Amino acid sequence: MRLRLGIRTRTITAALFTLAAVSRAAVLPDDRADLLWHDWSGGGVTVQGPSILVRKKVTDSLSLAANYYVDMISSASVDVLSTASPYKETRTQGSISADYIHGNTTYSLGYIESNERDYKARTGFASVSESMFGDLTTISFGFTRGFDKVGDALHQAGQPILVTWVGDADHRNWQIGLSQVLTRNLLLGLNFETDESDGYLQSPYRSARYLAFDGTVQAESAVTPNTRTGNAGSVQLKYYLPWHAAVDGNYRLYHDTWGILSHTIGAGYTQPVSTSWTLNGNVRYYRQTAANFYSDLLPFEDSQNFMSRDRELAQFHDLSLGVGASWQFHPTWPRWLEKGSLNLSYNRLHIAYDDFHDFGRPGGSPLGIPLYSYDASVTQFFISLWY
Amino acid sequence: MRAGLLLLVGAMTLCGCSAPQPWVKPYEREHLADPIMSFDPNPVSSVYLDHVYEVREGARGATGSVGGGCGCN
Repeated sequence: MRLRLGIRTRTITAALFTLAAVSRAAVLPDDRADLLWHDWSGGGVTVQGPSILVRKKVTDSLSLAANYYVDMISSASVDVLSTASPYKETRTQGSISADYIHGNTTYSLGYIESNERDYKARTGFASVSESMFGDLTTISFGFTRGFDKVGDALHQAGQPILVTWVGDADHRNWQIGLSQVLTRNLLLGLNFETDESDGYLQSPYRSARYLAFDGTVQAESAVTPNTRTGNAGSVQLKYYLPWHAAVDGNYRLYHDTWGILSHTIGAGYTQPVSTSWTLNGNVRYYRQTAANFYSDLLPFEDSQNFMSRDRELAQFHDLSLGVGASWQFHPTWPRWLEKGSLNLSYNRLHIAYDDFHDFGRPGGSPLGIPLYSYDASVTQFFISLWY
Repeated sequence: MRAGLLLLVGAMTLCGCSAPQPWVKPYEREHLADPIMSFDPNPVSSVYLDHVYEVREGARGATGSVGGGCGCN
């Protein structure tokens, strides 16, 4: 029996250290180190692990950064249970990058490598950022190129896990961003991104479902197009409130050639309550239409050229509410340490599908099964040190 | 037509001669420099959260700072 080992690694669409369009003025980022522990729990899946990010200026104009990230996954999701067995797996990701500043211009280069047993991704990125008009405006351009290798892992009882490499996927991504000081209290950020992918873009583990003559739900191989182009545009605003607090809002519109149209809207509030403590809260709402070839249950076998039942391609919406607290401290030892902070954040997420049912394993009846939805908890604890 | 051309040339000349002046002076940026006004105060955290959403949603990109991700089904 196939053990659902692999997880589809999504395209690394941009770079961890790419200069965000919302950065202001031509200055190198602070020297700092972050050690984060993350935990996702929901939908029959737990994902947890550390992330370590270290950044250091080596000269007045050059800053280097490195990140090591781990996902330890234990999955018994509805997709896994309907076609395979629960599995555990680890994904590791390493990144390095360099930022070089010359005058008002910042140049960035980096490389990201992600490894799973059945998915490997190699990504390079470059960007340039220019500060102008007395540092009121910053424009950024970025390009990312990714190469993925997709595998299918098979485990039979008593046998070692066998991985068959089933295809490659190439990714090209262009980003442009603008940040603008509008008033002494208001900031604006605009981002636009185009993502172009081709090759093997589906999961080898997912299958389509169709209604058989005997009235039962049966499975057949999913087939997705081998090209995909998506465009995303977003706007962000952040406003300083008179009582020493900040409120922010953002909106993103996304559309791609598979027919997915989505809207994301979010808001946040940050409130320092003392010289050491800062509290924050946020809300985020997302909804999308389904891909053109998505179908929860096809009317008969081989009824479409392209067919998929990936939940990520279904019509659904999700709502996230989050709170966080940060405690800042100024240690007297060691002397090279300027300050540090301890941070805890928690997000509660609810995802509800409009056209996805948990049919279970093939052979069952489609009748009387409610639409699928689930809740998830996302917890982060991290320590940051500035030096 | 000719008047429009003259207007265009005039506007371009003016733009070329005078760069936009900062309307928020450096000494007026105290609030903007406050850490709470950073769009991305904790990159290691925001990259992780972007990753959480990206692997479960069809949309991607244009978030300002984005990282890689796994499917995590």
